[in-house]
Amino acid sequence: MSTQHVAPPSAILRHAVLLITGALILIPFVWMVSLSIKPPGEIFRASFSFWPAQFYGVENYNKALTSSPLPRYMLNGLFVCATILSLQVAVCAPAAYALAKLNFPGRNLLFALVLIALLLPHEVLALPLFILGYKVGILNTYAALIFPYVVSPFGIFLFRQFFKTIPDDVVHAAKLDGFSELAIVWRIMVPMALPAIIAFGIFSVVSHWNSLFWPLIAVRDQDLMPPPLGIMAFKNEEAGNDYGPLMAATTVVVLPLIIAFLLAQRWFVEGLTSGATK
Amino acid sequence: MAGITIEKIEKTFGATTVLRDVSLDIADGEFLTLLGPSGCGKSTLLRILAGLEVQTGGSVAIGDRVVDGVRPKLRDVAMVFQSYALYPHMTVQENMSVPLRMRRLSNWQRLPLIGRFLPGSKAVAAEIENEVMRTAKALGIGHLLGRKPGQLSGGQRQRVAVGRAMVRQAAVFLMDEPLSNLDAKLRVQMRAEIKELHKRLGVTFVYVTHDQSEAMTMSDRVAVMLDGELLQVAPPQEIYADPDDRRVAEFIGSPKINILDAKMHENGLASMAGTAFAVRAPIARGSSLSIGIRPEAFHLVDSHGVNILTGAVRLVEHMGSDLFVHLDVPGGDHPVVARLLAERAPQISSGQTLHLGVKPERLLLFAADGKRIRPHGQLGATVVRMKERLQ
Repeated sequence: MSTQHVAPPSAILRHAVLLITGALILIPFVWMVSLSIKPPGEIFRASFSFWPAQFYGVENYNKALTSSPLPRYMLNGLFVCATILSLQVAVCAPAAYALAKLNFPGRNLLFALVLIALLLPHEVLALPLFILGYKVGILNTYAALIFPYVVSPFGIFLFRQFFKTIPDDVVHAAKLDGFSELAIVWRIMVPMALPAIIAFGIFSVVSHWNSLFWPLIAVRDQDLMPPPLGIMAFKNEEAGNDYGPLMAATTVVVLPLIIAFLLAQRWFVEGLTSGATK
Repeated sequence: MAGITIEKIEKTFGATTVLRDVSLDIADGEFLTLLGPSGCGKSTLLRILAGLEVQTGGSVAIGDRVVDGVRPKLRDVAMVFQSYALYPHMTVQENMSVPLRMRRLSNWQRLPLIGRFLPGSKAVAAEIENEVMRTAKALGIGHLLGRKPGQLSGGQRQRVAVGRAMVRQAAVFLMDEPLSNLDAKLRVQMRAEIKELHKRLGVTFVYVTHDQSEAMTMSDRVAVMLDGELLQVAPPQEIYADPDDRRVAEFIGSPKINILDAKMHENGLASMAGTAFAVRAPIARGSSLSIGIRPEAFHLVDSHGVNILTGAVRLVEHMGSDLFVHLDVPGGDHPVVARLLAERAPQISSGQTLHLGVKPERLLLFAADGKRIRPHGQLGATVVRMKERLQ
């Protein structure tokens, strides 16, 4: 056997940096999983080992799933995320098509407004939205969780950039073939922009699944709570310092996202780069 | 079946004028080519015909119907795009059946899943499938129906694009540089096929290209456009032999026509490049003009004289049957290019002095503004034809 390839120092350095960064991001998750299978006595032990001396996973996960309405939180999260995503695509795709392919006075101004909206953090709008929600009377309902997110400037921006890369000739051909403008959006543009839409879908689902700030303001009823807010309520009421079940609950909450991301990974990477070169 | 009447079309984008007072009659079943360099407005004119672009002024009629403001779908035109513009997420079969589905099936019948179970939709769908199959077979792409555009070669994609336009059986066929993305060999082959298609369908074709060989070989008439203006509309041989404008003469023909500056003298002689040329045209004494001579209008002569250019050979290009001889003549900025038959020309080497004669009727005279000056008593072929039509 001969050494076929010796990595140059720069490559070693690069990989070292990548490994360290990856580890920094992963460690809290590893810790979370580790704690979720430990009995209370081991959690505060000074020494650290990933595997517990006494496997306590069944008890922790059992407690997490039964002593709090965790399944209910998960279903809430699923419902809210799915509704937000479908409404977002329903609003963003036609808007992005208009900004990318139609000529009308004020188009650039509207696009500038989208960019400005992109700069605003959603938290800034929390108070006005709360007051608005109160006036309309939708506080403490699913509607309060969904409506503030229906129009996504990020989605409009992302789709517009992608639609821009689709040649005008395709739109012209579709018009000659007899498609209406809306049919062009749904039958031609959206299928062609599928990678971008999937990438956007992942962004949207992750951020709304994990969203804590707005649900904390908008709903009080435990039956409406999305997972992170539910876990917080669970911590206050049930668990106290009982970190094992708490970590088990967080693991359960994070799991669907990890699975979804792994399944959609190929699309995700493609969606983020394919708009740039074509 | 429909002719096209284009009347005084103007088009401006902001401050730039793209089309200026373009009027043109296209006969039913004619193959008309819009020829011009890129940016001359020919594609814009085609898009206006299709309804994809709205003109600033003027009017378009297809058949007897004025179509200004009519949506593209309702104009009875089919179009083939330069980039083919196929739908990448649909198979060839789906791409080609889209125009028929959009016209023959109702909104409800087109719905995914449930649409096919609605009354009547099955029969229509089968009919569409048959027509697509027939068209695909005629184009030699019957075996590709299940593939997506990404899995096809350039030539195959081009056929699919033509097929999608063909199934419609529209009265007018618009083609926007459909061959420019193909390699040279395929282009020549497709040229013949499109000509064949035109014969078979018998509908009106409007074909846009910047390639003069496409225009010359395929068209019934060629419309030469430059800077948003229509310079001349005539059959190909007439465009070549009898141009109305210096710019037309310069654009058509390869190698390019030789244009030389000349000055008019008394008794019908013009001086140019150190030689006198007999010119029979109503031109005032002392006025300057340009004289165009096609490279193949030259023939070899032995000595200098009237109607004979003399110069030193700069370069000789052997093209097999022909020789291209580049000749430096006195007073010319560019060398004069002559095309001589290889068998008639003796050994010509660079540096040698050569005498080239031109028959007076092969001189094309242009005034300072570029307009053609015709000899006494001779009318342009276009004018002659118009007179005949009036009688």
